[in-house]
Amino acid sequence: MGKKVGSLKAPHLSDFVIAFVILLLCLTCLVPFFHLLAKSLSSNTAVLSKTVFLWPKGANLNAYITIFRDGQLTHSMVYSLYATALFTAIGMVVTVLAAYPLSVKRLKGRGVISLLIMIPLYFAAGLIPEYLLIQSLGLYNSMWVLVLPLAFSPYNMLIMKSFFSSTIPPSLEEAAYLDGANHFQILGRIILPLSKPILATISLFYAVGRWNAYADAKYYISKKALQPIQYLLYNMILNATASEAVSLSESTATQSTPEVFQAAAVMFATLPILCIYPFVQKYFVQGVMIGAVKG
Amino acid sequence: MLIKTEGGYDMDTAYIPPRKRNRLAFLKRDWQLYLMLVLPVAMTIIFKYAAYPGLRLAFMDFKPALGFESSKWVGMEIFQKIIKDRDFLRAIKNSLVFNFLDLAIGLPVPIILAILLNELRFKKFKRVSQTILYLPHFLSWVIVASIAYSLFKPDSGLVNVVMKSAGWIEKGIPFLTEKWHWAATYLLVGVWQGMGWGSILYLAAITGISAELYEAATVDGANRLRRIWHVTLPGIRPTIVTLLIINLGRILGSNFERLDSFANVNVKDFQYQLAIYIYDKGLASGNFSRATAVGLFQSLVGFLLVITADRVAKRLGSDGLI
Repeated sequence: MGKKVGSLKAPHLSDFVIAFVILLLCLTCLVPFFHLLAKSLSSNTAVLSKTVFLWPKGANLNAYITIFRDGQLTHSMVYSLYATALFTAIGMVVTVLAAYPLSVKRLKGRGVISLLIMIPLYFAAGLIPEYLLIQSLGLYNSMWVLVLPLAFSPYNMLIMKSFFSSTIPPSLEEAAYLDGANHFQILGRIILPLSKPILATISLFYAVGRWNAYADAKYYISKKALQPIQYLLYNMILNATASEAVSLSESTATQSTPEVFQAAAVMFATLPILCIYPFVQKYFVQGVMIGAVKG
Repeated sequence: MLIKTEGGYDMDTAYIPPRKRNRLAFLKRDWQLYLMLVLPVAMTIIFKYAAYPGLRLAFMDFKPALGFESSKWVGMEIFQKIIKDRDFLRAIKNSLVFNFLDLAIGLPVPIILAILLNELRFKKFKRVSQTILYLPHFLSWVIVASIAYSLFKPDSGLVNVVMKSAGWIEKGIPFLTEKWHWAATYLLVGVWQGMGWGSILYLAAITGISAELYEAATVDGANRLRRIWHVTLPGIRPTIVTLLIINLGRILGSNFERLDSFANVNVKDFQYQLAIYIYDKGLASGNFSRATAVGLFQSLVGFLLVITADRVAKRLGSDGLI
């Protein structure tokens, strides 16, 4: 009766005002991409004359062809995808192996082990001790430095643990145990199939985290062939911008790294995110909300 | 639960006295769980705990050529030097000011956005706009900074070009190359990047508010603004308080990639914050002891703040953070 008073009424003026504000905010997220895309597809002269806004002028694929011919970015893309896949796979295995046992309430020593895993999250050793550790582990200038040190995130483990203990009834696991299943079978046949949303969410967090980070590459990798795409991009675009600020003349800088090429490089490196994002999008809201219960 | 388990093991453990049997029963049942934990614990020890001994650099006059063994212990001397270091004081001041501003702008915006999204009546539009608004969170700082430069360059940035051709300004605004403009742009881009993602938590909290409260308010004649003020905001207050406390705990932290991506020589005065200081003194200039000491200071303060924040949150009735 009175249940849906608000939503049954015809839209009010304030509904349109709210929709308009949201629309504007969405545009701030979309317009920069359309601008970059337009730039990346335009001719050099059109971009230099500053007449490209949201639609390409003198449309051509030259910048993208350059990217493929040059090979540096494509190589880096393949390499980064490889490192990201490896990182995500290892991260997921280790995270599941920690989250499941720690979600079993009767496990003795659960509190101590949790504490042991969580302490580094709240008290980091800092850049230099970590740098020296990486060197003594022999990981300096190795692809594995991008894969191993950060592959186990206690924070992601916490989110997964909350999911396990809040959504999977202990009685289910108990019943499987009494039927003679061991813990590995319980995990593989019962827990994991029931946890697809959280597995998708945490995989996304791991993959995006690895794909986007470049600080560790800046600290630990000096060999160009081993640098991930974000760091390459950083050196191509942001370092160029920094030196440009010194000379304060944009025209000289644009000759060395044309804006069209930079725009194409940014679009190119964002592509993987834009490709997987729509598919995992429906899962991660749930993941974040679980993380909020106990973060 | 336990009784059934014991029953299962009676046969092979019959000769063990009852007390001892109880003590080992858990191992017998759960050894596989402990086996699973070996890998995560090993990774934590190898990649996290093994770095802690390096903290002794903060109390040594470390020379890379001499190594740990031959470098001299100097007690608190490094810390005494740091307190007088003007670069350090500038970095601390910048970190505090920028984190405070990040919090002051960054906390309310996701709340407002969540309320707007919740009030949005057009369901399909709501879903699409949420997808779009979460996207910036998934972009790297390199990409975000590259986009920012292409929008805000004084000469060729989209925003400046549009404003110039509209006749609003004559000369391009140095959004990213003059320190005061940089500060505003840096903070706003940060808010833009985090607002959609930040709103998810508040939206979740709003969904938890009982529909009856809204009905009651409507029946009492409350209009939309009053419903927001008297029902929605009080309903999400615990979430707001918790997030406020978490963020206060991070007031001395700084994101190296965000600062580094937005770096240029004209804005060093403001961009020079603790993460930059540590990188600059440590890896870039080789002053390992000093960088370690500042890192240790930052970690200690951060740790104490998080512990305090957790206590406060628990006292205020929230679940706590740890």
